Amino acid sequence: MANVLINVPRQAKRGEVIEIKTLVSHPMETGYRRDQLGREMPRDIVRRFVCTYNGTEVFRADLHPAISANPFIVFSTVATESGTLTFRWTGDNGFSMTESAAITVD
Amino acid sequence: MRRLCVALGAIALAVSAFAAEIPPSDRRSGYDFMSRETRAMQDDDTANPGMLSVLEGGTLWTRKAGGAGKACADCHGDARTSMKGVAARHPSFDAARGRPVNLEQRINACRVDRQGTPPLAYESRELLALSAYVARQSRGRPIEIAVDARTQPFLDAGRATFHRRQGQLNLSCSQCHDDQWGRSLAGNTIPQAHPTGYPIYRLEWQAVGSLQRRLRNCFVGLRAEAYEYGAPELVDLELFLMWRARGMTFEAPAVRP
Repeated sequence: MANVLINVPRQAKRGEVIEIKTLVSHPMETGYRRDQLGREMPRDIVRRFVCTYNGTEVFRADLHPAISANPFIVFSTVATESGTLTFRWTGDNGFSMTESAAITVD
Repeated sequence: MRRLCVALGAIALAVSAFAAEIPPSDRRSGYDFMSRETRAMQDDDTANPGMLSVLEGGTLWTRKAGGAGKACADCHGDARTSMKGVAARHPSFDAARGRPVNLEQRINACRVDRQGTPPLAYESRELLALSAYVARQSRGRPIEIAVDARTQPFLDAGRATFHRRQGQLNLSCSQCHDDQWGRSLAGNTIPQAHPTGYPIYRLEWQAVGSLQRRLRNCFVGLRAEAYEYGAPELVDLELFLMWRARGMTFEAPAVRP
């Protein structure tokens, strides 16, 4: 079960730079560790994060094993129009999470 | 004989000089020793990774479990009102067991007695989520530990553990956390060991963990054998530490480096 916390301003002025914070629950197992019996623990990480704003991609990040558990990604974009920001995390073992947030631009 | 007396007197003096409790006005939460960035992480509910656990606990709170087919919410209702201040009062005395129990044990007792489910394992994702959710409802409340004739012996036992030298390093908790707080230990500031925000999200663990996990860490640091999870000695120590932090503001889920 994965949980997500997203912080997007509800309202913004047109042309304003807005800060977006996202936090996703994920173990980010590196694939380099061994368990107590010496067995390799297979890699299980989020590989990609994409944010789309009314269908247009505004931010994308590739994630790697050195990134901590529960990745916290903060980025900014320009508020252009009212609509929906959609966030999508995809990763190993078929991990896929989608969340969205609404924003009103005036 | 006289020399022995002088030596004993000197030891007594040294003990009384070093075993002093921190006066209330000097008490500091671990929060006050953290960097600006880590404090900002704790203060913002959308940046605090402990809130992921709280979120999950909120889901578990309303999920029916066990043979009785009851959820926590079926008896306790809305946790935001019914669980307010509860975590800040634990460990508290449990009449059935005849001893103090911590929050995790209280949750598990409820699961076994009322829901008819097996208890959750210590440090399991679900138990941490539930305790984080319950603890969150006490944020901003003062820590209030009731001490009476029934709990006094357990409090004394916890105090004795806190002041007992242990492990290959032959150190007591008090020697660092009462006497040396604010100074550095391998680049880290020694805090005063007030459990104001458990369960915490610890950046070193990259996970949420209970106070007992943290205490067991400290025992390993002393090169001492750590008590098992749920051991009465650890609960007594928890009781003493919470009593020692009485009146301080509860801040769960806290973030610690």
